[in-house]
Amino acid sequence: MSDESLWTTFLNASLINNFVLAYFLGICPFLGVSNKLGTATRMGGAVTFVMLITSVFVSGINALLAAIDAPYLGLISYIVVIASAVQLVEMFIKKTSPALFRALGIYLPLITTNCAILALALFQTNRGYGFLQGIVFALAGGAGFTLALVLMAGVREKLGLAGIPDVVKGTALALILAGILSVAFMGFAGLGS
Amino acid sequence: MNGETTNATRRSEPAAPVAPARTPAWPMYRAMVGIGLACGVLIVLVYQWTKPVIERNRAEALRKAIFYVLPEAKSSVTYRLGDDNRFAVLTGKADGAKVVYAGYDEGGQLVGFAVRAQGMGYQDTIVVLYAYAPGQDAVTGFRVLETRETPGLGDKIDNDPGFLANFERLTVELTTDLSAVIHPIEVVKHGTKSQPWQIDAITGATVSSTAVAKILRESSAFWVPRIRQHLDDFRQGR
Amino acid sequence: MSNGSDGLPTATDDFLKGLFRENPVLVQVLGTCPALAVSNSVRNALAMGLATLFVLVASNAAISALRKVIPSQVRMASYILVIATFVTIVDYLIQAISLDVHKALGAFIALIVVNCIILGRAEAFASKNTIGRALLDGAGMGLGFCLTLVLLGTVREILGSGSLFGVELFGPRYQDWVIMVLPSGGFFTFAGWLLFFNWWKKRRSSRSVGTAALAGGAR
Repeated sequence: MSDESLWTTFLNASLINNFVLAYFLGICPFLGVSNKLGTATRMGGAVTFVMLITSVFVSGINALLAAIDAPYLGLISYIVVIASAVQLVEMFIKKTSPALFRALGIYLPLITTNCAILALALFQTNRGYGFLQGIVFALAGGAGFTLALVLMAGVREKLGLAGIPDVVKGTALALILAGILSVAFMGFAGLGS
Repeated sequence: MNGETTNATRRSEPAAPVAPARTPAWPMYRAMVGIGLACGVLIVLVYQWTKPVIERNRAEALRKAIFYVLPEAKSSVTYRLGDDNRFAVLTGKADGAKVVYAGYDEGGQLVGFAVRAQGMGYQDTIVVLYAYAPGQDAVTGFRVLETRETPGLGDKIDNDPGFLANFERLTVELTTDLSAVIHPIEVVKHGTKSQPWQIDAITGATVSSTAVAKILRESSAFWVPRIRQHLDDFRQGR
Repeated sequence: MSNGSDGLPTATDDFLKGLFRENPVLVQVLGTCPALAVSNSVRNALAMGLATLFVLVASNAAISALRKVIPSQVRMASYILVIATFVTIVDYLIQAISLDVHKALGAFIALIVVNCIILGRAEAFASKNTIGRALLDGAGMGLGFCLTLVLLGTVREILGSGSLFGVELFGPRYQDWVIMVLPSGGFFTFAGWLLFFNWWKKRRSSRSVGTAALAGGAR
């Protein structure tokens, strides 16, 4: 059991060790969906939701696997849960907001391969977070991911009008931006301790 | 008019009869269950096959670390903390039980203890092994077992000679009734160490250094009193 | 480009395309997460690259072998199951071979499962081709991935730690450019290689366009 306080966990996962900018998780959607502010926020929301569901199920799975002493089935179970959760979210969004569904496009089912979510499951297990702490961790991770995405989208929207050499446009520029953002986030080190 | 037609088409889709071209359920179940079973079997086989090797590696790594922090020890016995706060030799697997490793020299005399401790660092969990020598009332050895701190900065806790010098003799003296550590281990800014129970932090890696201090402080607060109160439990060693 | 005389891709083409023309990281921009995370030293980059290569080849082969038996509706789920299995296997294999490397790679071994390259190749190639070709494709893509990781790792380790594969290159007076081994450095290095790659591609294509124009004009 980790004895980190809930507040520390939240600060850590959202700012200090931001999933995207410090751990390099969720880069594909980060690079792909971060050119429009609106899509970015909604993607962030979808990812946070999937993270929450995953965290809850992971707590349950870990308890079950411990009981039957089959730690090697962990990875497969997590990925199955994530795929199902994404399927759920996909159906939900399709029903409630077809416009959003179209806007997110291929990136919605790709949340399954979003390393951030699987990493959430793995970190939660490795650090021995309990049920409540896991939920805080998921919320924080999702919030941090959304924050990074929104910041990126804001900058990229503005840069869309600037004069940039062709060779840099697109992914290379996004990566440079991400690097700068990452340096900025390093300033959060030691926060809250 | 057009809108109505579109709505009607949309509404009638779910009610459409099962088209003959749709795949029957059996091949789907067969595929999923078949693959699932095959995968499961494969995983179990590889797990069983590698398990003894992995455990050997782990035990070897631990052994090396124990003899690194307790250089005078020639043999080591693992003791488990019971519910009665007494220590007994561990038989079988550790499995989450609280253990300490007692080190003995050739003559069978107790030279010290190696204690495993862990806590959250800057990036991820740090796992350390430290040596406690009751005769000196101090921590006399330190080794980082697992760290994923920032390479070049936080991971200096593993190899910075100035930092490691802190642990040559880090006082953890107990109160006369052996119930608590008089001066809990604390971290101080680099270059300001003035007391034997302080740890000089690494410049630029304050968070990691603070983490190590916290890990040692909490671990020693738990183990040192218990070990000293029941030192006799260990005298039966080889 | 190196097609056989009948216009179909040859076996070598299946293998080579993954290295340069369709390099998974630099061209397709897939698998970026591990490429950035584990490339702060050449040893880690190489280990991750090889582990991914193993999973890629194994799952491509397995999925190709099973391609006739997997119904279309459940294909994604099946692919993921197969990939997760091989990743679990490689995880235990690495632990058995070297605990140090395993600790250094940490959770990223398990994260090979969601490496878009593997799922991408399974869907785009392995499910539609013979085992032999799938094996070559997996090997090529895997090696391309490994190569890119080592490129990233080399720059980051030389600049950030002053060493290569743990061997100190410069004297003790060398000031490590620490940011290169930090996440930011990963982003910048990747951007750098991508930039170089794009520029080189542009030069090659503009040169060949120029030659074709000349040839056309000469006629």
